[in-house]
Amino acid sequence: MTQNSTQLVATPGQTIGPFYGYALPYEKDSQLVHRAHAGSIRLHGVVYDGQGTPIPDALLEIWQADETGVISRETGSLVRDDHTFTGFGRAAVDNEGHYTFTTVNPGATQEGKAPFISLVVFARGLLNKLHTRIYLPEDTDALANDPLLSSLPEERRKTLIATREANGDLYFDIRLQGENETVFLSYPGA
Amino acid sequence: MTANTDETFDESHVIENDSAVIDSDAAADSQDFITNQINKIHDEYQQGKAEGRPEETQPRIDFAPYRSSVLRHPTKDLHHADPETIELWSPAFGHRDVHALEADLTIQHNGEPLGERIVVRGKVLDGAGRPVRNQLVEIWQANAAGRYIHKRDQHPAPIDPNFTGVGRCLTGDDGSYEFTTIKPAPYPWKNHHNAWRPAHIHFSLFGTDFTQRMITQMYFPGDPLFSLDPIYQSITDQQARDRLVATYDHNVTSHEWATGYTWDIVLSGSNRTWMEDEDAE
Repeated sequence: MTQNSTQLVATPGQTIGPFYGYALPYEKDSQLVHRAHAGSIRLHGVVYDGQGTPIPDALLEIWQADETGVISRETGSLVRDDHTFTGFGRAAVDNEGHYTFTTVNPGATQEGKAPFISLVVFARGLLNKLHTRIYLPEDTDALANDPLLSSLPEERRKTLIATREANGDLYFDIRLQGENETVFLSYPGA
Repeated sequence: MTANTDETFDESHVIENDSAVIDSDAAADSQDFITNQINKIHDEYQQGKAEGRPEETQPRIDFAPYRSSVLRHPTKDLHHADPETIELWSPAFGHRDVHALEADLTIQHNGEPLGERIVVRGKVLDGAGRPVRNQLVEIWQANAAGRYIHKRDQHPAPIDPNFTGVGRCLTGDDGSYEFTTIKPAPYPWKNHHNAWRPAHIHFSLFGTDFTQRMITQMYFPGDPLFSLDPIYQSITDQQARDRLVATYDHNVTSHEWATGYTWDIVLSGSNRTWMEDEDAE
């Protein structure tokens, strides 16, 4: 096929609605690695609405590089074999708005880049998907030089950086509205 | 959150909270009230467009007639980001993930589901018109009576023991997908008094870039509930709304078997630098 330069208008999104629960979650969906995998961590947090109330019907997906910064091209996200790292995970929040992924810390995909996990948020009441990034807190030089983070005022910047818990887990809340509203992203061509 | 703004009928296992105060008024709203609210927003959009404001192609995330959106939309503008590394790729799915039979929602049980058998087919394309190949498409929907197989759907319409309403497939090399299913019915929800959703199938799509990830709903042509539905009408532009409506296609309809619909899906543009071999047929 020759390069097709036609610019088509994107189909509109719509809310995920309330009834995705029997359709989209699947076995081990939030386990990018087995809990016994060396270097496995928990990535978790709560999704809040504009009144600071947890949202019990949101679905999150993450997509990330492996510990060495390699982007997986492996299939098998829907049928986990507990060995293959595909880089993709899906987690429905529980009745208290809490989500949990079992994963690894992503490595930098390029030397000196701040490692982050790509996150997409769907919820009943949310009319279209929302994208954001979960940055690891450690590499402060890389964070300071990150083009996205450095384009944000300090109080907004911190909404994109996860907290490292004492046991090595990552904690990251998502606030759809209000005080400390998470920075959500748009991309060219969207 | 309360049942008042929900699309559900039983919230007994869901935590209650302060937003009940806001929601209690909403339940009393009539369809006329909601429709007027929708029309007012649309009129303002039309007027703005006539004055040179840009055409809208996506739903508004701040759309008060859809009550549940009030506290669940960001109030700050989306922040522009240049996609980097991981965002320029998408997860890969293969036949290990999806069995070919999962595209037929009418053969998942011992018997035939009730209702009108339909085939829905189309293509998944990116903004440049390139087919999105070998990528995952997931769907879910109500049955022919307007009932979901979901513990939170307590709408007094029958469950069909032969229909779950969940399907998956991988797109072909030309971006094509096809599902065989049952035409879903409209169903009532609690956004306002006497609220009904137009019949729809939920679609979940991946592109070549994770930035293209999307979930949407496909509707059926000529649905009388369109003008009344705040979710569909959250897309303020008629041309954009039309992009969610499938086309009846008699060439897809098969003799004494199923009626057919076509619906193409366009994802946002890919920001990846495309290699010759990736674009080659």
